This record gives sequence, structure tokens and C-alpha cells, in this order.
Amino acid sequence: MLSGIYGLLSATLFVVLDAVDVAFTEAAVGAGISTLLMLTTLSITGRYEIQRPKIQSQIALVLTTITGALLIYGTLDMPYFGSTDSPANAHVADYYLSNALGQTGVPNFVTAVLASYRGYDTFGELVVIFTAGVSVLALLGTVSDKTMSDDHQPMHQHLILRVTSKMLIPVIMVFGLYVQFHGDFGPGGGFQAGVIFAAAIILYCMLFGLGVAKEVISLGMVRFCAALGVLLYGAVGVVSMLKGEAFLNYSVLASDALVGQHIGIIVIELGVGITVAAVMISVFFTFTGSAEEDDSAFDASSPSDATESNSKQVSQ
Amino acid sequence: MENWLMETFLWNNQQLPVLQIVVPLLAAPLCLLINHRWYNWLFTLAVSSFSFFVAALLLLQVSQEGAEPISYYLGGWLPPYGIEIRIDQLNAFVLMLITAMSTVVLLSAHTSLENKIEIAPDKNTYLYVAYLLCLAGLVGILLTGDAFNLFVFLEVSSLATYTLIALGRDRRALWATFQYLVMGTIGATFILIGIGLLYMKTGTLNMADLAQRLPELSESRTIFVAFCFFIVGVCLKIALFPLHFWLPNAYAYAPTVVTAFLAASATKVALYIVIRFVFFVFGVEFSFTIIPLEKVFVILGTLGIIIASLVAIKQQNIKRMLAYSSVAQIGYMVLGVSLSTAAGLMAGLLHLFNHALMKGALFLALGSILYRIGGVTLRHMQGVGKTMPFTMAAFLVGGLSIIGVPLTVGFVSKWYLLQAMLAEGWYVVSIIILIGSLLSVIYIWKIVEVAYFKPALPNNANVKESPLSLLIPIWILVAANIYFGIDTRLPVALTEQISIQLFQGVAIP
Repeated sequence: MLSGIYGLLSATLFVVLDAVDVAFTEAAVGAGISTLLMLTTLSITGRYEIQRPKIQSQIALVLTTITGALLIYGTLDMPYFGSTDSPANAHVADYYLSNALGQTGVPNFVTAVLASYRGYDTFGELVVIFTAGVSVLALLGTVSDKTMSDDHQPMHQHLILRVTSKMLIPVIMVFGLYVQFHGDFGPGGGFQAGVIFAAAIILYCMLFGLGVAKEVISLGMVRFCAALGVLLYGAVGVVSMLKGEAFLNYSVLASDALVGQHIGIIVIELGVGITVAAVMISVFFTFTGSAEEDDSAFDASSPSDATESNSKQVSQ
Repeated sequence: MENWLMETFLWNNQQLPVLQIVVPLLAAPLCLLINHRWYNWLFTLAVSSFSFFVAALLLLQVSQEGAEPISYYLGGWLPPYGIEIRIDQLNAFVLMLITAMSTVVLLSAHTSLENKIEIAPDKNTYLYVAYLLCLAGLVGILLTGDAFNLFVFLEVSSLATYTLIALGRDRRALWATFQYLVMGTIGATFILIGIGLLYMKTGTLNMADLAQRLPELSESRTIFVAFCFFIVGVCLKIALFPLHFWLPNAYAYAPTVVTAFLAASATKVALYIVIRFVFFVFGVEFSFTIIPLEKVFVILGTLGIIIASLVAIKQQNIKRMLAYSSVAQIGYMVLGVSLSTAAGLMAGLLHLFNHALMKGALFLALGSILYRIGGVTLRHMQGVGKTMPFTMAAFLVGGLSIIGVPLTVGFVSKWYLLQAMLAEGWYVVSIIILIGSLLSVIYIWKIVEVAYFKPALPNNANVKESPLSLLIPIWILVAANIYFGIDTRLPVALTEQISIQLFQGVAIP
């Protein structure tokens, strides 16, 4: 609950900082999906923690205080918030603002920086997400499939929810596609779109049961898609290498550099979207898969530690 | 020969640096799609060998007389606006070490992972995927010339490492991973805070650009805090005493192949980050005169050597014992760095190289004992000297190397470290180094005594020598241990050049 509020608040904070794209992601991931995963984890493990000896928490308090004090000490010399002549605004950022449109043809500077200037970083981030997905699959992936009962529908009785969601889900998916392909011009892009798309499917799962959802989207397919997205992103880079230029240099993808940039950005954003959506879905599938197994088999302790460690991994 | 190699690869000479990272990165998802035990192993091995090959070529290229560091502009954007891959001798050296160790460790992986004690049979694919991701992450950290990009690849390698450890069959592996996960995440966050503050004050993320802009800001409190956060964060990753609590459990319960790989690579790369930032980005002057890094590192390094060695003596599980010994060995490397002289840095780098060789050999030998006997506590080791003579002989050489006996690599690096210490007049610390060596004699001797002078347990009496597929990689490393212990020219010359370069600031354009 609190973490959900925290996610929403930090999303608003990002809006204040003029980072609409980040706020978008934070709202979808921090306030939406990670809260959901937290709840699923709680349903597997339990609500209360074992009491720790007091001395440990006291040491922790001292350490946290020192860290906090150091952080505040560091702020004393900071440039003022929003000042135009601060180094962060004057050096690299200034270059982006004056050149991004001309060099990449993308009006949304954030997308230009993320996808083109620092496209290699974004590739790395995508691999981080892929890695998280692989970890979850590696640790929890094998429990599912067998124990899944088709008639296990958690919210069978909520008629209103089911009807409204049936109306909403297509809209959410269309919105996801819009965010995906409109990233060049407005806030949005692969990360956000992937999460929104995954949210639609997760919503469907929650209302109609995992079994029904898995008939459409199997775990194997999700796994394939997760790998596919990364490969798609990498392939763009490899193509530009084969054309004799640097990795991820989109300008050589077409005869006109700006068109090349456009093609490159759209394809890599698509790769990002596919992997993010696939990983989110697979994480949700494996989590609820092991939760349902717990309900049915009540094989008490087995997946609990694993899930705990996993949820942390994902919420990073 | 060298010329021929260079010419053959001239057509994509420009692409070499990026191939190093792109190949393992793209191999990981492919590996997930292949999903076959044997092919996965072969594929991973091929990728790792390729990385090693490229790393060797790169090292050749930057070690030539008067060679400039290689720069590669990703996406074709000029730094500091785009991200740059930047290779000088320092990264090329560590890069070659990491990829070489990864390849040798992988040689034994297929047989070692047949063992059901190590890993559940259906999880092999994930292990290889995570292994490749981890390798790619480490390589990415080494290659990059961009501070934020370093963080991104640190995340890749850390997440993959958590997975690798958690794949251990022992249920305690999960708890060990969780501990490491929490500690590692704190470390990564600290590093990110550090990088963020640096960006706020300088407006750039490119390391060379940072190095140019930082000196005039050396009075700034924000930079001071950035330095503290960054260094503390990385020290969590190196497992510098007292931030080492995650390491023993993680090493003890991970599959042995993973332990061998991590022991030889992960902490080494983290130490590389310290060296890169302390000497190159922040500069020697800032790190050692404005901030008392020297005193901090000396105190923590010596404490680490003594305390970790003492704890190692008490361990029953040998994997844990060697893990504590790793913490102690990290103390030596940090001591080398703390000297803030070229000789000290060189000793630290040399020990980084040598320690990877010896710990790799030791952990692989343990893996093959685990493969045959099914456990690696002191009790299990009884009589191994007779039943598995080759494995145990390899272990013995590795052990002697840890102690620092002449003709092994361990001796070489301790010798240079002592020389560097004495040149600065640090007599007390030198004595502590010697005490540390004596302590390591005790714990290595405990194993040797059990292995050679006690009869085997009744149900272990008929154990055979481990298969060749395990023995060959072990003995490759043992041979390296002895070879570089006798013919020290290659690593010594390299580390000497690197440290002199870093101190003269030649590496800065």
C-alpha cells in the first residue's frame, strides 16, 4: 500500500522535474505492477516478519542516519534547482537541446537521448530487464503448467468487474500501441508501452484466471518474445555494423540519415516494448503460478524464500 | 605471427571493441532459444573463447609501442554526447584475464553440471544464459568509458550473478543470494548516487571528460560526497572488509563452476572500477591528499587480511574457507592500491591477476572433488590425496600459491607488494602481510593434512580420479600458476606499464 503511494508520489515528483517519460514509467511500474507483485508475494509468504534482535536495528539506525547526513551535506554545494547555468544544464544537455532535432529528427528530446545518443545504455537497460525475467523464470519457472486448473477463477463472482474490464482491456491495449509508436513525438516509448500492454494482460489474468490466459499466451511464447525483443534491438546495431558504421548508428539504415534515425528508433523501441511486456507477463505468470500451487498443494515452505528474493530483484 | 593476426582482422579492426560486448550480449537470448544442454554448453564455450580471442587482439593492439587508447563511438555520436568504448592497457589487461578465466572455467562446466548436487538438471539452460549475461555485464563494465554506462552493465552482471548463485542446489543458496541481493543493491544504489552527484556538478558522464572537469571542483562538498558514496558502493562489490558479509555464503552455496568464475572475475572487475575511478577519474591528487583514502584502505586492508584469515582457519566447509581466504586476498590488493605509488599499484594489479589464477584452480579442484565425493567439508576430504592424486596435487599447488611459496604466482605478487611497502617505509604493514601468509599456511595445511595423512572414509575408499574433462581445465590453471611464477616477464611488464601510465596521466588524452 505504502509502496504504491510512494510510486505515485515519485511519479508526480518526476513530472515536477519535467521528466514526463520517466514519470510515465514510474506510474505504471512503481504504482501499478510492483505493488501487485508485492501483494502476490504476500499471499505466498505471510504478512508478518520475524522479530529481529534490537541491537541490529539500532546499528542500522545509526548507519542510516550517517548516510542521510552525508547526503544532506552533499546538497549544500549543489546548484539551485532549475537554474539554467548549472553544469548539468549547461554542458551536454545544452548540446542535446540545440542539436537533437537536426541530428535525429525526433522532436521529443528525451527519446532522442534515450534511443539514439545513449542507445547503448538503453540496450543495456533492456538486457537488465531480460536478466530479471530470466532470473524469475530460472527460480520459479518450472513449478507452473502442471498444477494449473482451468476453472480456477479468482474473481468469479465479481460480475461488474468482469464486464467493465472486458470493455477496458482492448482500450488499454490500443493505448499501449499508441504509446509505443508515438514515442518519437510525445512522452512514451517502448518501456512504458510494454508495461501498459502487460498490465492489460495481467488484468485479464486476475479476473478470468491464469488458465484461460495461458491458452492464449503460453509461457514458452513469452520466453521466446523476451529473447526476441533483445535480439531485435541488437540486430539493428549489427545491421549498422555490417554497413560499416558504428554499432547502433541508425543514420546508415536508410539513404537519408534522418530517415535512418527514424527507422532505427522505431525498431529498437519495438524491441524494448516486446521484451518489457514479455518479461512483465512472465514474472506475473510465474508468481501467480507458484501462488496457486501453494493454495492447492499447500506444500508449505518450498517456494517462499525464492519468491521473496525474486520480488526484490524485480522491484529494483 | 602478430602481424598476420592484425592483418587478417584488419577488415573489422574498427569493430573489434564492440564485438567483444555485442557477441556475449546477443548470445544470451540465443542461448535461451537453443535450450539444449549440450549445444548450450558448446555455444557458451565458443562465445567465451571468441571473447578471449578478441581481448587478446585488443591487448596486442594497445600494448604496441606508442599506441593510443582505442576509442569507439557507439551510435556514431561523439563523446561526451554519445557513449564511448575506451580501451587502454588497464582494461585490456583485466579484460583478457576475465575472458580467459571464463573460458577455462567453462571447459569443465558441462561435466561439472551433470552433478545433481550442484544444480537441478532442468535448469542448465538458465545457468548458461545467466553465465553469458554475467560475462557480458563484466565485459561491458571493463570496456566502457562512460560512468552511467558502467552502472548499467554493473546491474546486468549483478542480476545475472544473483541468478547464478541462487541456482545452487543447496537450499541455503537462496538465503545467500538474498543477502547478496540486498547488499549488492545497496552498493549499486550508492554508486548511482555517486554518479548522479558527479553529473550534477560537471554535467557530463564521460570518464575522460569527468577527469578533465573534476580537478577545478576538488573543494566542492558535493564531489566529496559523490566520491564517498561511489567508493563505498564499489567496496561492497569488492567485498572489502567489513563489507564482505555476502561473499562467504554466496561462494559456498553457488554451483562450483559459478564460484570459480565469480572468484576469478567479479571482485576483480569491481577492483578495476576502484582503480579506474581513484586514479583516472578523480585523480591521485584528489583521492589521496584531499580524501584520506590511503589510511582507510590500509586499515581495512590489514584488518581484512588478519580477521578473514583467522575466520578461514575455523571453517569446516572448504568452499567457505576459500571464500574467506578470498576476502583476505582482496586485502592485499587494496593494500597495493593504498600505497598510492606506481610500485604499489603494480603489485595490486599483479595480485589481481595472480589471485584469479590460483582461486580459479582451487575452486575447480574442489568442484571435481565434489563431483566424485559429493561433499567438500574437511571430513569428506579425508584420504583424497590417495584416491584422487591429480586433483589433490593441483589443489596443493594452488594452496602453495595462496601462501606465497616461491616458484608460484603467489610469491611474485607478495614479493612486489613487500618491496613497494618497504620502499615507502611501511614496516608494520609488511609484518602484517607476513603474518597473513603464516595464517594461510595454517588453513591450507589443515586441508593437506586431512587429504594426505588420513585414511579415506569407508564409502569414499573406492573413489576414482576425476574425469579428464575436469582435470584438463584445472591443470591449465595450475600450469599457469607455475609458469607465471617462474617466467614473470609478461604480467610484470604489463602491470608496470599500466601503473606508470596511470601515474603519469599519459592515459588522459
